[in-house]
Amino acid sequence: MSAEVPEAASAEEQKSEHSMHPWSFQLSIPNNLEEMEDKVTSPEKAEEAKLKARYPHLGQKPGGSDFLRKRLQKGQKYFDSGDYNMAKAKMKNKQLPAAAPDKTEVTGDHIPTPQDLPQRKPSLVASKLAG
Amino acid sequence: MAGAGGGGCPAGSNDFQWCFSQVKGAIDEDVAEADIISTVEFNYSGDLLATGDKGGRVVIFQREQENKSRPHSRGEYNVYSTFQSHEPEFDYLKSLEIEEKINKIRWLPQQNAAHFLLSTNDKTIKLWKISERDKRAEGYNLKDEDGRLRDPFRITALRVPILKPMDLMVEASPRRIFANAHTYHINSISVNSDHETYLSADDLRINLWHLEITDRSFNIVDIKPANMEELTEVITAAEFHPHQCNVFVYSSSKGTIRLCDMRSSALCDRHSKFFEEPEDPSSRSFFSEIISSISDVKFSHSGRYMMTRDYLSVKVWDLNMESRPVETHQVHEYLRSKLCSLYENDCIFDKFECCWNGSDSAIMTGSYNNFFRMFDRDTRRDVTLEASRESSKPRASLKPRKVCTGGKRKKDEISVDSLDFNKKILHTAWHPADNVIAVAATNNLYIFQDKIN
Repeated sequence: MSAEVPEAASAEEQKSEHSMHPWSFQLSIPNNLEEMEDKVTSPEKAEEAKLKARYPHLGQKPGGSDFLRKRLQKGQKYFDSGDYNMAKAKMKNKQLPAAAPDKTEVTGDHIPTPQDLPQRKPSLVASKLAG
Repeated sequence: MAGAGGGGCPAGSNDFQWCFSQVKGAIDEDVAEADIISTVEFNYSGDLLATGDKGGRVVIFQREQENKSRPHSRGEYNVYSTFQSHEPEFDYLKSLEIEEKINKIRWLPQQNAAHFLLSTNDKTIKLWKISERDKRAEGYNLKDEDGRLRDPFRITALRVPILKPMDLMVEASPRRIFANAHTYHINSISVNSDHETYLSADDLRINLWHLEITDRSFNIVDIKPANMEELTEVITAAEFHPHQCNVFVYSSSKGTIRLCDMRSSALCDRHSKFFEEPEDPSSRSFFSEIISSISDVKFSHSGRYMMTRDYLSVKVWDLNMESRPVETHQVHEYLRSKLCSLYENDCIFDKFECCWNGSDSAIMTGSYNNFFRMFDRDTRRDVTLEASRESSKPRASLKPRKVCTGGKRKKDEISVDSLDFNKKILHTAWHPADNVIAVAATNNLYIFQDKIN
């Protein structure tokens, strides 16, 4: 297949995002012998076994629909209007909330300013279909 | 709509011979994200063809009239109008980036000289008016021809402005903006047969609008559970019945279709009909629900049938029978043994659309490697065709393609592992009366015509 498929040993880490995958709640891979025999006859079951072999933790999150909720949250960006407005107002007498020293993630201590916000410019170029 | 006498397709003769007609779009390999076509739709007469793209732009093509001096250009689609429909937005309150991508375009039936269409992105639906201007008033009293104001004291005589012909100008203007009615992402819009109302559907809700009223819409379906942890399915597509203005259907990510009658109650949470194909529990796998998710639902022109597209097949349902489809057509069954990889590269979540021809005798849907599939319901024959620059000679016949699944690959066949999964045909459209089809291949729009046509 021409599309990229992660084959390296770190595939599992790469796939950690997918363990939050929308469909993970659906997994109920049976382990009995009957199913193992079906592996041979059903291509779908064979593919399922392949997937389980690569990502053993897939689908073990209980209940809920991480998948569907993730789908519903498409487009979510980090933005805190409180932080933003405080940074905008440049409050001098109050300390801006600082990140805890052990935090390594950037999102925790980065206060968005107007300059940082994603400036999505509309396409000013005409569509090439009209060319 | 198309009946027995429609177009150039004699009843019973379904040996289409598809020929290349036109291709629109850039040839270069580097495809800009904004140029990816996200929707294709013919209007009711088929004279106009609209496309929407990820950059929020709409391009409308118009079919050329028959012209004796240029016989070969008969039936060609040329650019009629283009405009920026939607722009990217950022919802600061919800920390949401709102894409400008046009999810769907739906035409309104033509009622006067102007054309109207609805276009929608994830959050906002807009009604656009496309009108022609071919006359200009000249001879104003208070201003010059170039617009400069004349000195009133120098005017010694009055004249009546006269209309003079001018070069055709096509203008698009937004007439209505239907906003702030959807918390989740809009996946469908559908104009009602009453020509006054339309529905918009997102993942969890369906709203009913009046085309004249933008500050109010009625919620007619709400499947949001009180506790979001209990969410098990989402709405994937919705459409109004072509003739019965009180009936609509919506499909789900679980492979079911619900038909609702707006006469029965204001909130159509309880369906009138429930369409689901029984599944063999022993064949259930991790992928079962994912590949059963319906990506598109379309009523037949007759209103008697509806078609659904799931990942591997297209099913035709008789509205009178809820227990199972009356036809199932395999689009690319050979992918069943590739589901693991398709899950890893997310292709398994691709949303393919499907469409009927004018007489409901054939259906079409896309696949990978720029292949698209056509199924003749009468002869039960199917064909795989390819939209490619290689077979783009004017009026060249398209050669049927074949994917080889087994060991021995015949000449001209392509093996499953050689398919390009980045070249996906998600959007196709069929002219309402004639055998003309529009196929969107990433950033290119192909138009094919039947030789007999």
